[in-house]
Amino acid sequence: MPKGIVWKISLSAFLLSGSLLSAEAETIKIGYIDPLSGPFGTAGDGGLKHFLHAASEINSSGGMAGMPVEIVGFDNKINPKESLIQLQKAIDQGVRFIAQGNGSSVASALTDAIAKHNKRNPGDELIFLNYAAVDPALTNAKCNYWHFRFDSHVDMKMAGLTDWLRDQKDIKSVYILAQDYSFGRAFTAAAKSMITEKRPDIQIVGTALHPVAKIKDFTPYVQKMINAKADAVLTGNWSTDMSLLVKAANASGHNVPYLTFYGGGLGAPTAMGESALGLVKQITEFHENIETSEKQLARMNGFEDTYHLDMFYQRVYTAMHMLDKAVEAVGSLDIPKIAGELEGMTYESPYGEVTMRAEDHQLLQPLYISTFSDDVERDVENTGFGFKTDALISAAATALPTTCKMRRPS
Amino acid sequence: METVVFALLNGLIYGLLLFMLSSGLTLIFSMMGVLNMAHASFYMLGAYFAFTLGQSTGFWFALFLAPICVGAVGACVERWGLRRIHAGGHVGELLFTFGLAYVIEELVKIIWGKFAVAYEVPAELNFSLFELYGAQYPAYRMFMLLVSITMLAGLWYLLKRTRIGLIIQASLTHPHMVSHLGHNVPRIFMLVFAAGCALAGLSGVIGGNYLVTEPSMAFSIGPIVFVVVVVGGMGSLAGAFVASLLIGFLQTFAISIDANFAEIFSFAGLNPEGDLGRITISSLAPMLPFMLLVLMLMLRPRGLMGEREF
Repeated sequence: MPKGIVWKISLSAFLLSGSLLSAEAETIKIGYIDPLSGPFGTAGDGGLKHFLHAASEINSSGGMAGMPVEIVGFDNKINPKESLIQLQKAIDQGVRFIAQGNGSSVASALTDAIAKHNKRNPGDELIFLNYAAVDPALTNAKCNYWHFRFDSHVDMKMAGLTDWLRDQKDIKSVYILAQDYSFGRAFTAAAKSMITEKRPDIQIVGTALHPVAKIKDFTPYVQKMINAKADAVLTGNWSTDMSLLVKAANASGHNVPYLTFYGGGLGAPTAMGESALGLVKQITEFHENIETSEKQLARMNGFEDTYHLDMFYQRVYTAMHMLDKAVEAVGSLDIPKIAGELEGMTYESPYGEVTMRAEDHQLLQPLYISTFSDDVERDVENTGFGFKTDALISAAATALPTTCKMRRPS
Repeated sequence: METVVFALLNGLIYGLLLFMLSSGLTLIFSMMGVLNMAHASFYMLGAYFAFTLGQSTGFWFALFLAPICVGAVGACVERWGLRRIHAGGHVGELLFTFGLAYVIEELVKIIWGKFAVAYEVPAELNFSLFELYGAQYPAYRMFMLLVSITMLAGLWYLLKRTRIGLIIQASLTHPHMVSHLGHNVPRIFMLVFAAGCALAGLSGVIGGNYLVTEPSMAFSIGPIVFVVVVVGGMGSLAGAFVASLLIGFLQTFAISIDANFAEIFSFAGLNPEGDLGRITISSLAPMLPFMLLVLMLMLRPRGLMGEREF
């Protein structure tokens, strides 16, 4: 055989194998932009581990439409400006999906930047998977086609909490404490209006907005609540702001119900300890003691064995598996089509069916009100205590009207 | 009434913690003319050392050991770092300590991780001491008060009533004369720097578990310490004491006031839902020390009890 032909054959074989390889090796990169250092670093790190675990689940069953998933972490130091720098970095690395959750101020900056990017770069669009930023505006006034929220927003959770509050006749006064930024203000506004509507007899004896992640000793705030003689406290605090608040409440012996969004968040159960039993309540889409399938229990154990952390975000798995379903349906990385698939999608989560509402891209999922208790099967943070369900709110019952006027790409 | 009592108690404790930190800073400044930008980093080192030592020796040994270790680190920094740069003037020193603050933060992140460590109040002190207007008062806070006051008394005695104090005070104003009298002035400088760092370390030991022990703790408290030193007057210990308490009280009182601008300036007819009217005094608390700093520099640049203008 002439030398030239061998050379040509091997070259074409090389090119062929190259193109085959690249088709095989095309990775779906998901950029995770959240705090990975600083006071809220633990929260961001916890979220990242959930995404890594969900990605490994998907990869072990063949990836998304045959493409392996890779989670790339970007530290935004919970700063909106820094997040935009990290977003650009993610885009430069070929990321097509952005996941973020900590801080509605950050989510708000990202959703604007992503919408702008997609408008300017057709064919190179991004999808924003918001797994925890719950300012209602993100799926109302500020909604856009590329943003999908997998957590129930402030008004939905507050509606659930205040429905529960309606039947607590011995609570006659409440104190509202929240962080001073878009989320905290939305929390305070929702609490005020819904309590006035559902229980006009409850007196709101005080509200306080405190700087985010700046307060290291909440004792003065707790003493204000004690002085105001509040029968219950409503708080939207999360991460260190939550654990330090309960730490101070514990030290001051403030034994009243704390109605929270994030009472089960990382670090808080350890700080609460025995004195919080029966008093700290949370409204979430998940806690470890909801009755569920063997498969889901295996997932919890798998997560805990790998990361030595309690599972907290079911919604991260929901987001990843819904994305998987959408990519499988499209069969390629055609982002506008994938967004179209996600829109209106239903998915069977381990806790019932969830729907990504098409009109505003807000996930409707069952919510649970649960109480910190010692009568539980699975504990949190090795405290011997965990959360126990008080009430279930069906997915349909959490739905609220939206003002979103979605503009879809033609 | 109860608001005032609580604000006084909490303000006192926070103020004394600030004083413990700023006393070292102001001592170093008055002696060596060095504005130690890394001072709060020594506070952080104190907390982390106490956390690590506490795991093997328990809290009580760590209470003594950790400040000594921090002091030793401080002595090394002075001996092999600052002393060489000293000849080059103040800008070099400022830049050196500024860089040092970042180096210490990064080292802490590498050794202890990026997140808060579980440095807890010792079990023996984790109970409530008394009940006041329905709120329990943790014993650990009283312990902090005790440590701060002991340290304050010890420092005063050392500086005013002992021979060492005499020499230190003399080298503040007349270093050459002290040196001619046969004292090793550079060594005195090193000891003062180490002692200042050890004080910062001690405040870290007792403040780290009262607040949070995390890599950003130095940068969150650092600016306030500078405010204390400037408001009190550069180099004045008494001034730093008054300023620490002032800032401690100011911040805790502000948090306990719920009134907003619309209520306070009701004569101006502010809308309580408007952007200006809805600002509450409590939300201004974190800003107040810096407002005080700006006002002080405008009206009395040498601070409450400072002797030099700058």
